[in-house]
Amino acid sequence: MRDRHAIIAALIVFFVVLTFPIWYARAAGTTSRGPEPKLPETEKTCVMPVEYMRASHMKLLLTWRDDVVRRNVRTWIAPDGKSYKASLSGTCLRCHANKAEFCDRCHTYAGVTPYCWECHVDPASIKGSGT
Amino acid sequence: MNALSSLVVVLLLAGVAWVGGALALLRPVFGLAVPGLAAGIFLVGVATRVVGWARTPVPFRIPTTCGQQRSLPWIKASWIECPWTRSGVVVRMALEVLLFRSLFRNTRGAITTEPVAQGHGTPAAAPEGFPRAARLVYGEQKWLWLAALAFHWSFLVVLLRHLRFFLEPAPALVGVLAAVDGFFQVGAPVVYAADIALLAALGYLLVRRSSDPQVRYLSLFQDYFALHLLLGLVATGVLMRYYVRPDIVAIKQLTLGLVTFAPVVPAHVSPLFFVHLFLLSVLLAYFPFSKLMHMAGVFLSPTRNLANTSRMRRHVNPWNPPVKVHTYEEWEDEFRDKLEAAGLPVERE
Repeated sequence: MRDRHAIIAALIVFFVVLTFPIWYARAAGTTSRGPEPKLPETEKTCVMPVEYMRASHMKLLLTWRDDVVRRNVRTWIAPDGKSYKASLSGTCLRCHANKAEFCDRCHTYAGVTPYCWECHVDPASIKGSGT
Repeated sequence: MNALSSLVVVLLLAGVAWVGGALALLRPVFGLAVPGLAAGIFLVGVATRVVGWARTPVPFRIPTTCGQQRSLPWIKASWIECPWTRSGVVVRMALEVLLFRSLFRNTRGAITTEPVAQGHGTPAAAPEGFPRAARLVYGEQKWLWLAALAFHWSFLVVLLRHLRFFLEPAPALVGVLAAVDGFFQVGAPVVYAADIALLAALGYLLVRRSSDPQVRYLSLFQDYFALHLLLGLVATGVLMRYYVRPDIVAIKQLTLGLVTFAPVVPAHVSPLFFVHLFLLSVLLAYFPFSKLMHMAGVFLSPTRNLANTSRMRRHVNPWNPPVKVHTYEEWEDEFRDKLEAAGLPVERE
């Protein structure tokens, strides 16, 4: 075909676009080191095992939201029998006090924007503003 | 049979990947070596096929057109459906690639004994007991077009959303795409519209292939295999997003390790992720050898990407052997004396 050069050029452009993550990682100096969220120093265990919390904490939070907002059940019994107050800012953020160093690190890393903070406030941000 | 055997093959592949993901010894193989090898096969294979097509001579204009070609000025020509300019070809190709124009024209023949519609609206009522003749009627067939379009576009959206695993820091644009895709904010993690469209479209394509007797008769193993492989890929993805959550942060570490060539295999990644990754690897490695190469082929179809200038310009086959010709003028010169002696008219006195 007389368009051979155009076809090869398009193929090269396609491959450059396809391997874009490699160039992007080069440019941004990305490493495969994780986000390393800052864990609380006072507590050693969370409401559920760490494996579950890492992967599925959003499911638990959604259960809590439905319990509190729709069923008016404010206490949540963990599988190990302990009971907790179903509250994002009251229970989660009591230990994980620093949202920026805990929640946001992984969320930014994984590129997710949960809509928790459209209704909830980060208690630390209120204290910080002095009101 | 083809459908069943391809399903069995895909399930076997998934099973192998599950075992590979569950055993610590095999995890680097299925997490790093297999995806790397598959990406290499994909790149080399696609390049080989495309270069092969590029080297194939297309000396003549062979577009399949569906519009009035340009001829006399008072005959309205169709500049997209029968293009004679580069811009016409570009628009025609864009409609083909982005909107599957030719599939939109898809028709389906069916034998019917329905009465012929008379003019507007009501069909003529055939008299009682009057035999109705069977006729072949071509009807519109838009569902295939719709499902194909839904599949390809939602697959692109899903693919672009996956960039959040490959780019660090994740660009804002990927977040915007995810926010638009998850506009309805159903559940947590939010349900993506593209996931539903993708599953529905693939499901339709599979049901169409296996339920319609004619299409089933035409379907080969590889037709089902591509569909089952894609369905497996989407199903494992959907499972991981909405039901059996894996550790997303660990997965991103793995993918970033792949793109930075500093491989790491985090310990706590569920085997389901390895099934997803392995099915993707199989898809990539299978791609250059399969009908999926239509991804590049659609751009290189001579029946689509050529302007219809067959009657506007003379296209000479460049490797035609030189043909010895004997023109009328030469012939006349040869027999001039005989022609004039016989009193026959000659072109040149």
